[in-house]
Amino acid sequence: MSKAVIAALVERFPDAVHAPYEGVGGDDCAFVERSRIVDVCRFLKEDPALAFNMAPYITAVDYLGATPRFEVVYNLLSTVHNKRVRLRVKVPEGPEGVVPSVTSLWRGADWFERYCWDMYGIPFSGHPDMRRLLMYDEFEGHPLRKDYPLRGRQPLVAEREVHDIFRGPGPASRD
Amino acid sequence: MASELDGLPVIATRREEAEGFLQGLVSKSLGWARKYSLFTYPFVTACCGMEYMTMASARYDSDRFGAAMPRFSPRQADLLMVVGTVNCKQAPILRRVYEQMADPKWVMAFGVCASSGGFYDNYATVQGIDRIIPVDVYVPGCPPRPEQVLDGIMLLQKKIQNQSHKLIDRKPLPVIAGGAGR
Repeated sequence: MSKAVIAALVERFPDAVHAPYEGVGGDDCAFVERSRIVDVCRFLKEDPALAFNMAPYITAVDYLGATPRFEVVYNLLSTVHNKRVRLRVKVPEGPEGVVPSVTSLWRGADWFERYCWDMYGIPFSGHPDMRRLLMYDEFEGHPLRKDYPLRGRQPLVAEREVHDIFRGPGPASRD
Repeated sequence: MASELDGLPVIATRREEAEGFLQGLVSKSLGWARKYSLFTYPFVTACCGMEYMTMASARYDSDRFGAAMPRFSPRQADLLMVVGTVNCKQAPILRRVYEQMADPKWVMAFGVCASSGGFYDNYATVQGIDRIIPVDVYVPGCPPRPEQVLDGIMLLQKKIQNQSHKLIDRKPLPVIAGGAGR
């Protein structure tokens, strides 16, 4: 039964969907061409035999050193048929790695794509509000990239001087 | 007049003694009054807030120490309790809240995240609120037991009693961090 989803996908999009496999936990996984992701998702959502009407989680992975560097992972759920499928889209680094947005299909994908932009710097085209989600606007860089420094804090207010590293900056000099 | 006083060191000393004695009495009584009427402002950002509720409610009852009344305006509060993790995005808000409080004011760092950043040694978290504002009492624990917090309140009360309080304080305001940030 679960093979039917991937089989239908490969049959419908032979040029866009490739290398299907069964992931950990038995979910169906497949790689999808970046430019066709909206078509594939629309088929998955609107075909009544599939009816993937929910996108519970969309995230990204940074494979530093590999080309293309990033992957956007779409976890889709069909509440009609109680099925899950996982689509992986390879994305190169930089401004040419623009992913078409799926917010026109699932309104809930809005914040997930903003999260991917905020944390990994993956731009999405056709998104209604492409801003950072969690970090502040003054923040430079994308903190979940593997090459972002672990303690790369960018404080917004001036920090007090630490005189003694064992005791910290200490109390007010009130008395 | 000043030259006449300069010639009378004994009288000046007695006057200073008397003023010092009076100031001591005033300081003690003001300290006593202030330590038993701490109005707290809970700056609750994370899971320590649950422990704050326990500490403030009937079973542990911080009202026994006079610190029961949470004021949700920093202008009416004496004690700023920073309860939970403070990240870089929130640091300007915390500093603004601190600066809105009227003197005299005290700060308690509630839990390890507020005290030192806890285990969040990453790109987003302030490594202890004392990098932003001065702190009087640190309460460790993740989250701290209510007994620990009450112990922290008692330590703070001891500290307040030993501080010097004046009826009119003309001391210049301390600069907590040089400049306005950027």
